[in-house]
Amino acid sequence: MELYDIIFYLFAAITIGSAIVVVNSKNIVHAAFSLLLTFFGVSGIYVLLGADFIAVVQIMVYVGGILILLLFGVMLTNRITNVDIRSGSIQVIPAIIGLAIFTAILFWTMTSTNWKSEKFELPTTTAFQIGDILLSEYVLIFELLGILLLIALIGAASIARRDKE
Amino acid sequence: MYDFLVNLVGNNIVAFFIAAALPLFLFILPYALLAVLAERKVSAHMQDRLGPMRTGYHGILQTVADILKLIQKEDLRASSTDKSLFNFAPYLVFMGSFAAFAVLPFSSFFIGSSIDVGLFYFLAISSLVVAGILMGGWSSNNKYSLLGAMRSVSQIISYEIPTAVVVLTMVMITGSLNLHTISDQQTAFFWNWNILGGTLPGIAKFLLIPLMLGAFIIIFISTLAEVNRTPFDIPEAESELVAGFFTEYSGMRFAMFFLAEYANMLAVSFLITILFFGGYHSPLGYLGNTLGVEWLVPIEQFFWFASKGLIFVLIQMWLRWTLPRLRVDQLMTVCWKYLIPYSIAILLLVGLVTLI
Repeated sequence: MELYDIIFYLFAAITIGSAIVVVNSKNIVHAAFSLLLTFFGVSGIYVLLGADFIAVVQIMVYVGGILILLLFGVMLTNRITNVDIRSGSIQVIPAIIGLAIFTAILFWTMTSTNWKSEKFELPTTTAFQIGDILLSEYVLIFELLGILLLIALIGAASIARRDKE
Repeated sequence: MYDFLVNLVGNNIVAFFIAAALPLFLFILPYALLAVLAERKVSAHMQDRLGPMRTGYHGILQTVADILKLIQKEDLRASSTDKSLFNFAPYLVFMGSFAAFAVLPFSSFFIGSSIDVGLFYFLAISSLVVAGILMGGWSSNNKYSLLGAMRSVSQIISYEIPTAVVVLTMVMITGSLNLHTISDQQTAFFWNWNILGGTLPGIAKFLLIPLMLGAFIIIFISTLAEVNRTPFDIPEAESELVAGFFTEYSGMRFAMFFLAEYANMLAVSFLITILFFGGYHSPLGYLGNTLGVEWLVPIEQFFWFASKGLIFVLIQMWLRWTLPRLRVDQLMTVCWKYLIPYSIAILLLVGLVTLI
């Protein structure tokens, strides 16, 4: 067993285990904190795939931004931990059928696709190439996304603003 | 460093663990022991007292005695806490602050991981600390803890913005996210440091000096707020909130929070050192190069890096015992109405200067 394999299985176990807790937990705060471990595990797998920039963005955006906002929302809501969350099992048989079909399709795709499996040197750095592509080939989309985010920001500020009357 | 360890022990898994644990045992734990004592001594002398004097010569063994006491203490836990989160929170906070040290180059020989997104990683991994603080504050099931955690988190995520903008400015000048490369660009003498305009040619260097001074002041203030030090210590304001988010913690878990706080102070001091003050490079050239003793150079570099970082830690302590605490509204005003606009203006001006 190589070091790489051990680390991969560690991160995979973290991701799957915490994802199961997210789905099954009765306590919404526990679910939110398990989501932290899920994001962390996913970013670890990104690192193993050689996508270092994406991995750090994953931590920065999901753990540092979205998760904290989520937790703030949960904690500022009064008595949310006492709310009875429906996480029981209903519609078991249709769910099993759907899951079976989905798994079969996924398995069929996995086995029938001709995966490229030649030895490929992982890029040592990705940040430079990503920046280069964003500002040359995809510059229009990049700028449009910037404008979209700016509009969302202004919208949020104007909704949150108190009217002075 | 890692290759050297692989050759030494012959097994890459063992080498990996040694490389990961080395900064902790070699540097951070001794530093924390010293820093806690230094803080007590600095505060005492600023208030015209003597501070701890009984254990060892002028109280040097005081922190060791404190640690021994903390280890022996009973692990108290209030009955209505959320057990699993309560137990896990100190480790998460400590993990976040310790993980930041992985990308810091202590010398040209000793760096945990010379990744090309080092600077970005440094900013991102500190969000684990934020999550840990929220976890500890909420799971304590105590209104002071929760209020402290909320204040702390809102403060940290607000002050992350000016920090990130200043870091972006520095990335624009240096053209790299790798902390090792950024340090190496400021080599040779102190006039190559980024605070004095870096290695830009001609007039641009002189135009950059006032901008860099402004950027340095902004990042120093905002990192001070991110590590919850006075004058930004409202999350743990003793007079209002007992001790903020770690009110309910005792014994070793309390010590973990304490250690994480001091490790964080050191980490941001190192970040400022690398960005503005030449990283591990000596201001005056190396004795090892002059004498022709090559192995002396990394040791000298480590000495310079550590002493630059520790000077900033000392300044943080000095400020703590000099300035009064800000109010919450003043805190937000400082961040959103002053630091962020100024940092964006500096970003634009630096962009213009680098075009010259």
